[in-house]
Amino acid sequence: MKISVTVDGERLGAVAGQTVAGLLMSRGRVSWRTTSRTGRPRGLFCGIGVCFDCLVTVNGLSDVRACQRRVADGDVVETGAVDER
Amino acid sequence: MSVDVLVIGAGPAGLAAARAARRAGARVVLLDSSDVLGGQFWRQPLAGGSDADIRALQHKWDRFVALRRVLTDDPDCEIVTGAQVWAVDRRDDAPPVVHALVGPADGGDRRRRVFVPRALVLATGAHERTLPFPGWDLPGVYTAGAAQAMAKGEGVAVGKRVLVAGTGPFLLPVAASLLHVGATVVGVVEASSWRRIARGWVPRPHELRPKDLMSKSAELGGYVRALAARRVPYRTGAAVLAAHGDSRVTAVTVARIADDWTPRQGTEQRVEADAVCVSHGFVPRTEIAISAGCALAADGSVRVDEEQRTSVPGVYAAGEITGIGGADLALAEGEAAGRAAAGRAGGAAEVARHRAFADRMHSAHGIRPGWKAWVGDDTIVCRCEEVTAGQLRTVLAATETRGLRSLKLSSRAGLGICQGRICGRNVEDLLPDAPLDPGRTANRPIVVPVRLGEIAAPPVEREV
Ligand SMILES: Cc1cc2nc3c(=O)[nH]c(=O)nc-3n(C[C@H](O)[C@H](O)[C@H](O)COP(=O)(O)OP(=O)(O)OC[C@H]3O[C@@H](n4cnc5c(N)ncnc54)[C@H](O)[C@@H]3O)c2cc1C
Repeated sequence: MKISVTVDGERLGAVAGQTVAGLLMSRGRVSWRTTSRTGRPRGLFCGIGVCFDCLVTVNGLSDVRACQRRVADGDVVETGAVDER
Repeated sequence: MSVDVLVIGAGPAGLAAARAARRAGARVVLLDSSDVLGGQFWRQPLAGGSDADIRALQHKWDRFVALRRVLTDDPDCEIVTGAQVWAVDRRDDAPPVVHALVGPADGGDRRRRVFVPRALVLATGAHERTLPFPGWDLPGVYTAGAAQAMAKGEGVAVGKRVLVAGTGPFLLPVAASLLHVGATVVGVVEASSWRRIARGWVPRPHELRPKDLMSKSAELGGYVRALAARRVPYRTGAAVLAAHGDSRVTAVTVARIADDWTPRQGTEQRVEADAVCVSHGFVPRTEIAISAGCALAADGSVRVDEEQRTSVPGVYAAGEITGIGGADLALAEGEAAGRAAAGRAGGAAEVARHRAFADRMHSAHGIRPGWKAWVGDDTIVCRCEEVTAGQLRTVLAATETRGLRSLKLSSRAGLGICQGRICGRNVEDLLPDAPLDPGRTANRPIVVPVRLGEIAAPPVEREV
C-alpha cells in the first residue's frame, strides 16, 4: 500500500511496512544525525535497534530509532539533516 | 488469561519454545518487540515477500511458516508483537514479574502490560559484535547484520560497492543477500586463516551426524556458489584496518593479518567502496536474564542445565543468549526449554548434537587479541560518547582502575544511550588485565531507554 510521509519538510511516497531507515536509505541517504560532542554524521549502524545511532524525530517525539519504527501514513519525520549532499 | 509460560523473543528459539509449551498443554503468551515474528533468522518484510525473494534470502522457510501457523491459529497462545520488555522485578523462588510496553517502537503512548508468569522462557537472541577500527564511525560502515536486515526486511542494499569483512560463516549469507538486492560485493574478507578454519571445522568428522553435515554444507555451499557465480573474491587471513572518507565511506584499507590477527606491515591495500559491513561474531542479549538474577557462564552467556533451566527457579533460557550457535541450535534449545517450562522433560540430546557445530565455529572463528594493534589512540571505542582508545588508556593510567564501573564513570565509555551494548566487550578486552567485574557492562536494569510518561501510567492489566 502506498502512503505518504513528510521527511524534513518534503513529502515522500512510501510503502506501508517500511521502516524510517528503510525509507531514508532507499532514497540514498546514509546519514541523518550529528553527534552531540563532535558533530560527526551518523546514520544506520546495527540495524536491529541496539546501537541508537539512527535516531530521528517522528511526529514531534525525539529519539525514535529509525530502524525500528515503521512509517505510517501522514507521519512527519525530522532528521538532524546531514548527508553528503 | 492466566499465563503458564511466558516467552520473551519470537525468533527460532522463542517460536520453538512456545510451540513445545503448547504441545505440553500450557497456556502461552509470546512477546516480541518486533511487529513480525521470526527474529533475526527469519526476518521478512512486514507486507510479506515475493516467492523469489523468500527462496533467495531465507532458509528453512517452510519450518517457519508451519511454526507461525500453528501458533497464530491457537487460541491458547497469545502473541503480542510490538511488545518491548523494559524491566523485570525479581520474586523469591519464582520467575520475575515482566513489564512490557506495547505499541509502535519508541512511541510515546504505548500500552503498559505486566505479566506474572508461572514459568518464563528467555529467548532474546544476540546482537552483533564489531571490533573498532579507525573510521568505523563513518556513515557507510555497518554491522553485517544491518546489511542483512536491510536486505531481508526492506529489500534495500546498504551500498553500491560493498565490502563484507570480519569473521565467521555469517559473512557468506550477508554477501549473498547483498548480491540479491543488487549490490556489487567487492570482496569478502575473513580474518581467520585457512589453516585455522580447517583446524576448527575438519577434525573428528565422525562426531557429526551425516544428515547435519549435509544440511549445513548445503546451506553454506549455496552461498559459496552464489558468490562464485558473481566472481566475488573471498580472502582469508585479512582484515579491514581503516575506513576512509569525509562525511561517508569512500574507501577502506585491507591488510593481511597474522594468526593472532596482528596486521602484517606492508600488506595494506586500498579498496574503493561506499559501504563496508563488518561482523566479528555475536553478543548474547542477556540484560533481562541478568535483571532476573540468572547466573552467567564465563563467556557472558546465560548458564543453563541440560533442560535449559537457568539458576532462577521457573526461568528457562534458549537460543543465542545461552551461547552463540545459530538457528538450528536455537530451535533445539527452544523446544527443550518450552517443554521443560511446561513441566515435561526431554530434548537434551538434540541440543547436544547442535552444540558440536557451535564449538567448531568458535575454534575456527573466535576473536584473536592482535586486533588491538589496529586500534590507534584516536580510534573511537565508544560510539555514543565518542570516547577514543587513547582517552580510555589515559584514564586507565591516571586512575589505575581495573573496575569497569569506575572506568565507565571516569571515561564515559559505555555511559551513552546504547548502554554499552556496542562497546562493552571491546572495552573489557582493551583493559591490560582482566577486569575486576567481567560481564559488568551487560548489567542494565532498565532494558531499553523508555519515556517516563509511559511508565508512570498505571499498567492496563496485571496478568497472573
Ligand atoms: C542482525 C542479525 C541478523 C542475523 N541474520 C542471520 C541470518 O540471516 N542467517 C543466520 O543463520 N543467522 C543470522 N543471525 C544469527 C542469529 O542470531 C541466529 O541465526 C538466530 O536468529 C538465533 O535465534 P534466537 O531465537 O536465539 O534469536 P533471535 O532470532 O535474535 O530472536 C530474538 C528475539 O527476541 C526479541 N527481543 C530481544 N529483546 C527483547 C525485549 N527486551 N523485548 C521484547 N523482545 C525482545 C527480538 O526482537 C528478536 O525477535 C543474525 C543475527 C543478527 C544479530
